[in-house]
Amino acid sequence: MNQLAGATTNGQESLLDIQNLTLSLRDQNGWVEVLNNVSFSVKPREILGVVGESGCGKSMTALSILRLLPPRDSRLGGRIMFNGQNLVDNTESQMSRVRGRHISMIFQEPMSALDPVFTVGHQIEETLMRHFRISKKEARERAVAALDSVGIASPRHVADRYPMSLSGGMRQRVMIAMALVCEPQLLIADEPTTALDVTIQAQIMDLLLDLADRTGTAIMFITHNLGLVAQSCHRMITMYAGQVVESGNVREVIANPRHPYTAGLLSSIPDSRRARGTLPSIPGRVPSLRAMPQGCRFGPRCSHAVPACEQPQRIELAGHREVRCHRWEELQLERVGA
Amino acid sequence: MTSALTSTRPAVTVDGVSVTFGNAKRGTAVRAVDGVSFNVEKGEIFGVIGESGSGKSTLGRAMVCLLTPSGGTILHDDVNPFTLTRRELNRHRRKYQIVSQDPNAAFDPRMTILQSVMEPLNIAGEGTRAERRARAFAMLDRVALSPELANRYPHELSGGQKQRANIARALMLEPNVIVCDEVVAALDVSIQADMLNLFDRLQKELGLTYVFISHDLRVVSHISDRVAVMYFGKIVEFGPAREVIETPLHPYTEALRSAEPEITALGEARKRIILQGEIPSAINPPSGCRFHTRCPRMRDICRAQEPEQRELLPGRHVACHFAEEMLRESAAEHVGLTDRSVVATTTAPGVLT
Repeated sequence: MNQLAGATTNGQESLLDIQNLTLSLRDQNGWVEVLNNVSFSVKPREILGVVGESGCGKSMTALSILRLLPPRDSRLGGRIMFNGQNLVDNTESQMSRVRGRHISMIFQEPMSALDPVFTVGHQIEETLMRHFRISKKEARERAVAALDSVGIASPRHVADRYPMSLSGGMRQRVMIAMALVCEPQLLIADEPTTALDVTIQAQIMDLLLDLADRTGTAIMFITHNLGLVAQSCHRMITMYAGQVVESGNVREVIANPRHPYTAGLLSSIPDSRRARGTLPSIPGRVPSLRAMPQGCRFGPRCSHAVPACEQPQRIELAGHREVRCHRWEELQLERVGA
Repeated sequence: MTSALTSTRPAVTVDGVSVTFGNAKRGTAVRAVDGVSFNVEKGEIFGVIGESGSGKSTLGRAMVCLLTPSGGTILHDDVNPFTLTRRELNRHRRKYQIVSQDPNAAFDPRMTILQSVMEPLNIAGEGTRAERRARAFAMLDRVALSPELANRYPHELSGGQKQRANIARALMLEPNVIVCDEVVAALDVSIQADMLNLFDRLQKELGLTYVFISHDLRVVSHISDRVAVMYFGKIVEFGPAREVIETPLHPYTEALRSAEPEITALGEARKRIILQGEIPSAINPPSGCRFHTRCPRMRDICRAQEPEQRELLPGRHVACHFAEEMLRESAAEHVGLTDRSVVATTTAPGVLT
């Protein structure tokens, strides 16, 4: 938790370095830009939180990194540097050697990621045998060990079961076992606990952080739960309408948000100490991709907007932090929990 | 029904209510709700917290007569709805509405929002068509939906807008009680805040009574006057919302609160209780206290004997063998700084010199 104390955004030491990533997708109405100049990095062993409302581009960023978007209907620009290769230029066969081995991903709903017609043991073995030259027997042993490491009580028995016969919490444990079995350098966890009860969420987060620490895996943790970010991440980025609007050390951002959107997200969390009916909320909603505001994309919802906000906003450097708001220095945004 | 206006009885009385599913003869009977008692007062927001499988939704459905209890009684004011004839019940339940989590499942995709919101009035046969329209528009305005959305179809609205329309529809027949089952669970946090403010405003304007069911402790404790915490079909603790959240007297409430990630200005890590295991199988419930399989305070008595629910402080009901112990601990935590060092020496000798 303290290794980030003196961290800077120095690209050289990054595990993953994304520069000016743009993504356009095509639907029946033609091309539309989904990500706009997204830049951020993840360092080895770092836990990076990515927050924002639905439709802000968090999951699209993850899918772009793993190149999981339909090639004909998507267009990527910019650079995604990982282990000295630019993933944007990788061929499909190069990517298949990266996925699951060096970068793996877990999703919100494990049932849609697990194949219902194979046992969970079989699915973990498949991952291993794809990336390592090992026998089926050896793969089985490693799969069982992986299930054991995620706290499954009788791993040999569970390995022979089908996903549908497991509870939500157990399925997510299986997903984690599968994602970490090859000891990847980077794990992308997209809302891994959103579908779970809070007591199970606490178990899964604890497990995920512990395993990542043991295997030396960095995590890009996508969530809308700012509490989880505060509790488990070193650094965070806030995304809004396909752009990064703020980034920095978690403690600093939460104690002292510089972008009105981050501040709005933080203050709309319900709190029993606050009187009923006084929850500050962010009016309006994330703009439609085909009707992006010309200037600051958050402008139409921002209570601090001034005429100058009708210009497109650039990322500005605020110490170790980055903010996409020209008023960051003058604004007094609410602190949380003070 | 005329007595409803003058009577001082609770809006809903729940007395020893159980709901059973499945077949007892085949050994598949599940007691989803097991001997639950509480009152919902008029004009109150009563919160029910629990994880999946705790029986909170089953309880909510029984409270609006969508399920028939297998034991105990539910009174709506002074009426026992389960003794009414079918015809009487159909009239009666107009005043007891439920709003559920998924607005997509609640709307007919082939009806416009206006048609859906008017439908309760059509069924109840109230007013002329023009009057019904006017009332529907007035209600859409009340939940802050712009009139131009009235002629749209559900798929054209955002999740938050759909949930507003859902609430508007539930309010059309001027219900006495509305059960809100996970109404904000599927919404983004900023939209959720908006909705919670709306619920509060409607309650003030219309003097509504809500039963607010959620798995989210923060949501429930923010909106409710009183809360009940459910685990495995039973209420383990209930009382004034703020007190229950700030000084829980049941280990399950304590664990729930601790599992909820908290944001502090300093980003300091709070000590967390992480419960082991999951909710056990409902067909074969644990002996004694049902929480004992996961409880960090479990002792022998918990396996053998089910704890009685008792009123430990005024208005605070708890069912745990060690509730008194927890009360003493929380009292020790709240003493002044000088006394705190005394507590520290007694609990951790050797730390102080």
